[in-house]
Amino acid sequence: MNLDSLVKHSPALVVALPLLLAFSTPLWSRFNKQLRNIWVVAGMCMTTLLGLFMAYNVLRYGPITYVFGASDPTQTIPHDSGGIPIRIIFNVDAMSAFMVIIIAIVGLATTIYARPSELRRKGLNSFYALLMLLIAGVLGLVCTGDLFNMFVFFEISSLAGAALVAYRIDKGIAVEAGLKYALISTVGGLFFLIAVALLYGQYGSLNIAVIAKMMQFTRLDRFALVFITVPLAMKAGAVPMHMWTPDAYSRAPSSITAFLVVSSQASLYALFRILFTLYNVTLDCRTFGWIIIILGVLSMFIGVTMALPQKTVKRLMAYHAISQTGYMLLGVGVGLATLCDQDKGGAFDVCGRTAMVGGVFHIINHAMYKGLLFLTAGAVIHRTGVRNLEELGGLGHSMKLTMVFFIIGALSIAGIPPFNGFASKILIYESVFMFSPYLAIIAILVSILTLASFVKVFHSMFMGPKLPKFAEVKDAPTPMMFGMGLLAVMIVIGGLFPTIVTENIVEPAVTALTNQSAYIRTIFILP
Amino acid sequence: MLANFPFIAVGIIAIAGIVTMLLRVNIIRIIMGLTLLEAAGNFLLVAIGYRHNSIAPIFTSAPEEKIRPPAEMVLPTVQAMTLTSIVIGVATLALLLSFVMAIYRDYGTLDCRSIRKLQG
Repeated sequence: MNLDSLVKHSPALVVALPLLLAFSTPLWSRFNKQLRNIWVVAGMCMTTLLGLFMAYNVLRYGPITYVFGASDPTQTIPHDSGGIPIRIIFNVDAMSAFMVIIIAIVGLATTIYARPSELRRKGLNSFYALLMLLIAGVLGLVCTGDLFNMFVFFEISSLAGAALVAYRIDKGIAVEAGLKYALISTVGGLFFLIAVALLYGQYGSLNIAVIAKMMQFTRLDRFALVFITVPLAMKAGAVPMHMWTPDAYSRAPSSITAFLVVSSQASLYALFRILFTLYNVTLDCRTFGWIIIILGVLSMFIGVTMALPQKTVKRLMAYHAISQTGYMLLGVGVGLATLCDQDKGGAFDVCGRTAMVGGVFHIINHAMYKGLLFLTAGAVIHRTGVRNLEELGGLGHSMKLTMVFFIIGALSIAGIPPFNGFASKILIYESVFMFSPYLAIIAILVSILTLASFVKVFHSMFMGPKLPKFAEVKDAPTPMMFGMGLLAVMIVIGGLFPTIVTENIVEPAVTALTNQSAYIRTIFILP
Repeated sequence: MLANFPFIAVGIIAIAGIVTMLLRVNIIRIIMGLTLLEAAGNFLLVAIGYRHNSIAPIFTSAPEEKIRPPAEMVLPTVQAMTLTSIVIGVATLALLLSFVMAIYRDYGTLDCRSIRKLQG
């Protein structure tokens, strides 16, 4: 198999590989449990390599399209169809590649981390199967260029995610969280489906590029916009629809929580894809941009103020996840609000583009440091069995490396210079200040509150004298260390060399988002 | 008016589903409301795919007088979408009901007002 055909088929393979892993894992354990663990980790390494390879090719040589069921996977329009693409098409552009990079790295870290933390439990087969299904669903969601397909992957990731949240039954409490998550995301998914039906009824196609080309922004399109935006913002955890987030995040196994963060980011990706690629300038940029900005500011502020009084460590971090999502919505919202002024010297050039770069850059940073923080919290809970902050203490003596990882994550989320959180937040502050100074002030205030909150967590988990009840506690096992270390290294790299990351990954992603005609051109190859 | 009847029905079913979900306290009934909403979604898809006086897109079994002059064939995409959506709906329903079973085993109740150990 030569490398060219691997590149050509990579969009399909990157989704097919985790699906294969999901359904073959239970078979392997019939022979040998150890063999199954090796199979899962090796398969996930392959998926990660393939994902990074595909992302590299997309960023270097331009978008890859994959047409399912066609004799030639790059032929988007069949000869006899009259110029309309009829098959399901995966359209991987720079923004999708950006998301694939995040999913690949965090997916690998969580898969390696999961083994020791779940080893003592039964049903590890279904755990791995569901985790792989979740990864496949999220990868599909970011790769697809078809609205109905997007709905299907949305549902796959919701169902697998909900089942994983409920995985540790926990006297029914985890199941309660899972039920909440499944119910809310299914209702959201159904509204998404209704919106897809409305768009299909008008334009007779499901392909994003085809609909974008014909978009009229009629009254039905506005209904469809609302029906799509609300479920996706809900799944991303934006504030008026955030109530499932702390429950699901705090009750899921820690490795899963770290990946659920990525799953939320993928919904955010879908939201941006719909807003920028499907509707673009047809919608009233200023009004809708402000709606997104207000969602973002509410998420930031309410998330962080709800986090301050929390007593359980993962619930506190879950509220911070909501608050950080607000930064991305704020950055990209400013970009959307200025999108209609795209001419030279317009507001988009002055601040909109930088704000979008900051918001999109924050997605990858958030996935890394939030994943790391949830993993360190999981390591502490794994070793001590305690989740209440008031009962923890003095762990700095025995869990030194975990403490170092926690410090890296905490400083990064608070936006302290040598780490990656600072790199994206400074971009957001600068550009949002030019757009509206008040918004920038709120953003900085939220960052300070975040720091305060994490100082509290750090103090109550790691500081103080060694407690007698934790005398036996050792540092986390090696695979967990590896998972956390991988994310910590990414955070430090992102913090030390932010320009390399923004120039090579983030800038192309933002260009791909804002340039609607380039996306349409990948399907309709102009003569 | 008559042509719009399916869409009005979709609206009524969807509203019935949402109202059921909002007003009932028994979680099984809430899930029944969800199923109604799902049915509304599927109905909407089928209604959108309907074309008056057209035939199924099976080329070999199309009746001779309808082929010339060429009759309209419906695009089968919506039917395929509906089938997929039904399958997803079954999977969701199974998952939700198994959650309900686990909750009932541990809490001994289905009343959503007393299923609230998830606080703090």
